[in-house]
Amino acid sequence: MPAVQETIDKVKAIDVDQYKYGFVTDIESDRGAKGLSEETVRFLSAKKNEPEWMTEWRLDALRRFRQMEEPTWARVSYPKIDLDDLYYWASPKSVEGPKSLDEVDPELLATYEKLGIPLREQEILAGVEPKNRVAVDAVFDSVSVVTTFKEELKKAGVIFCSISEALREYPDLVKKYLGSVVPVTDNYYATLNSAVFSDGSFVYVPEGVRCPMELSTYFRINEQNTGQFERTLIIAEKGAYVSYLEGCTAPQRDENQLHAAVVELVALDDAEIKYSTVQNWFPGDKNGKGGIYNFVTKRGDCRGKNSKISWTQVETGSAITWKYPSCILRGENSRGEFYSIAVSNGYQQVDSGTKMIHLGKNSSSRIISKGISAGKSQNTYRGLVSAHRKASNARNFTQCDSLLIGQDCGAHTVPYIESKNASAQFEHEATTSKISDDQMFYCLQRGLSEEEAVALIVNGFVKDVIQQLPMEFAVEAQKLISISLEGSVG
Amino acid sequence: MLEIKNLHARIAEDETEILRGIDLTINAGEVHAIMGPNGSGKSTLSYILAGKDDYEVTEGEILFNGENLLEMEPDERAAAGLFLAFQYPIEIPGVATMEFLKTAMNAQRKARGEDTLSIPDFMKRVKEAAGHLNVSMDMLKRPLNVGFSGGEKKRAEILQMSLLEPKLCVLDETDSGLDIDALRIVSEGVNKLRGPDRAMVVITHYQRLLDHIVPDVVHVLSKGRIVKTGDKDLALELEKNGYADYIDTAA
Ligand SMILES: Nc1ncnc2c1ncn2[C@@H]1O[C@H](COP(=O)(O)OP(=O)(O)OP(=O)(O)O)[C@@H](O)[C@H]1O
Ligand SMILES: [Mg+2]
Repeated sequence: MPAVQETIDKVKAIDVDQYKYGFVTDIESDRGAKGLSEETVRFLSAKKNEPEWMTEWRLDALRRFRQMEEPTWARVSYPKIDLDDLYYWASPKSVEGPKSLDEVDPELLATYEKLGIPLREQEILAGVEPKNRVAVDAVFDSVSVVTTFKEELKKAGVIFCSISEALREYPDLVKKYLGSVVPVTDNYYATLNSAVFSDGSFVYVPEGVRCPMELSTYFRINEQNTGQFERTLIIAEKGAYVSYLEGCTAPQRDENQLHAAVVELVALDDAEIKYSTVQNWFPGDKNGKGGIYNFVTKRGDCRGKNSKISWTQVETGSAITWKYPSCILRGENSRGEFYSIAVSNGYQQVDSGTKMIHLGKNSSSRIISKGISAGKSQNTYRGLVSAHRKASNARNFTQCDSLLIGQDCGAHTVPYIESKNASAQFEHEATTSKISDDQMFYCLQRGLSEEEAVALIVNGFVKDVIQQLPMEFAVEAQKLISISLEGSVG
Repeated sequence: MLEIKNLHARIAEDETEILRGIDLTINAGEVHAIMGPNGSGKSTLSYILAGKDDYEVTEGEILFNGENLLEMEPDERAAAGLFLAFQYPIEIPGVATMEFLKTAMNAQRKARGEDTLSIPDFMKRVKEAAGHLNVSMDMLKRPLNVGFSGGEKKRAEILQMSLLEPKLCVLDETDSGLDIDALRIVSEGVNKLRGPDRAMVVITHYQRLLDHIVPDVVHVLSKGRIVKTGDKDLALELEKNGYADYIDTAA
């Protein structure tokens, strides 16, 4: 509720077209050679002291990638990305292996401070236990610079570290699960990621443990001409619970930058994973110049019975978003959820949605998607709900709402439904609406400015999804949405 | 408080003239009723006062407390104290009535350079005003006007009016859709707001509202002109004889 006012203040406080996180950190950086090659892969793997099998895994992915074609089915268009003109490794010079907080380069700490990311643990020292503590893994270009609250989490049995560290410290766990949800050859970008992924987070919650705090990873692209290929793996053992949040920003640059991530989630019997994303990569300027190309494969495997995976995403950034966080509902009685707000303004192109693959008996899923398009943007929801032969009594409810602001934008809904089991029950509802002149006038008559009116109506439109976000991020998300829609009226 | 001089207005889209020379002066403390046949331009007049841009003023002027009203944006007019209770209130999905009230009150306060209301202060005001109008807490939690019955919508309008404490209240057929009890409750709510510093324009078709909200002046609007002005007895006469007498003179 209070977010509306704050949103307006925020919007007023910044110049039109100013992406708040567009600054560049001036820090000395190490980069590998340019271009995608076996050398690049070996260099990366060596930089990270990876075990031999990992290097081979990557090289295998690269070989397979060479035989793949870039997909063209999404409703997005962009010039061809020259993979040989990119760097695949960029690391602040000061980072060498995992460090404790007091060893982290102050310049980096300052960067995160400026981004509003709490890389602090000292609240506890002050004697007052803050209400909601969040452990953060901070990934800067290709490396994780620090992970907070690691020790405390370890006491609870929870492993939270960068994937590079996990590969060194817990190779068996990584080996067992990596690529088990998103196979190496799943799709073009996932295969590329498998070959050259740099860093990301690893979470392991042992049997019966409820993770004692929110976990979060914050991705920051800083270097120029550098792709970010993050890899995240989260495993919740039987009866475990974890809530995880991912955030991302990048400097404002004229060139487009590539971000191709893979996220894999595994939930065993009675386990629950809640994964939230607030994606705010640089969207490009008002003329459509620059911005991140965001090609992401996110998939959760509800492997055990009664397991549950829920994806919540607030997508406001990126020039291009290509992203379909999905659930494989393998376990009996398992449940998948997808709650999404995708905002596009300017020349942004969003093609996003989800796949709910029902394999297990009595599995159920729920999809709530809210697309908001403004400016000259294009916003597509693409979703697949399928029931396989054995998925008796599979149930899905899908609601897909689009809101258009202005005349020059587009909203598209592309639902696919496939059922091989007659007892499956799938429901689909879709609406497209505009903020009507009558609604605007009504709000103005009550004293709201145009900006306030749009913020209020949009916040109303996305409420169902905002409610799914962890409390402390809900307000942030509302602000972000309004800021993204800045300048969309009048 | 309000001075309308020779107001001519047309629909912006197709240039059909709707208001054809309206003169009307309303002083602080007065309640004016406007009656008139369907389509005579009553709602149009209220929309023009509030600043809806579907209409174009082609001639004349409107002064609101000495200021040129037509130069003000709709939200500026609201902050300056002009309130329109809509004939057909608009639905705002997903926005709780309570949230809307708070946003509107604070927006106006901010425009006037006042502090935002504290939550307890806001709650106190809402509870009190809602109590008088028989609006339940449940209704306040529901999205504004969405699925509200006709009568509930009208009560929600008057609730907003009481909380925003405007200087000039324009009520467009607030009585339509109200049952007998609600009519009494809403009228009491409106009467509570009557005062020496506040003026009201009450648009209605029926005497029964004017039994409760007794007007100082009654106007008959026909084909975009005020064709007759009188005191409260004029409404009684209209109730008995209809508009026939006046419409002819306007033709
Ligand atoms: N935006 C518009 N577009 C087209 N016609 C309009 C518009 N607004 C008003 N009109 C027309 O102008 C005339 C006056 O309408 P208005 O709503 O002001 O009448 P009214 O006196 O309020 O009637 P009622 O008693 O039925 O509420 C009508 O013929 C109406 O159809
Ligand atoms: Mg009317």
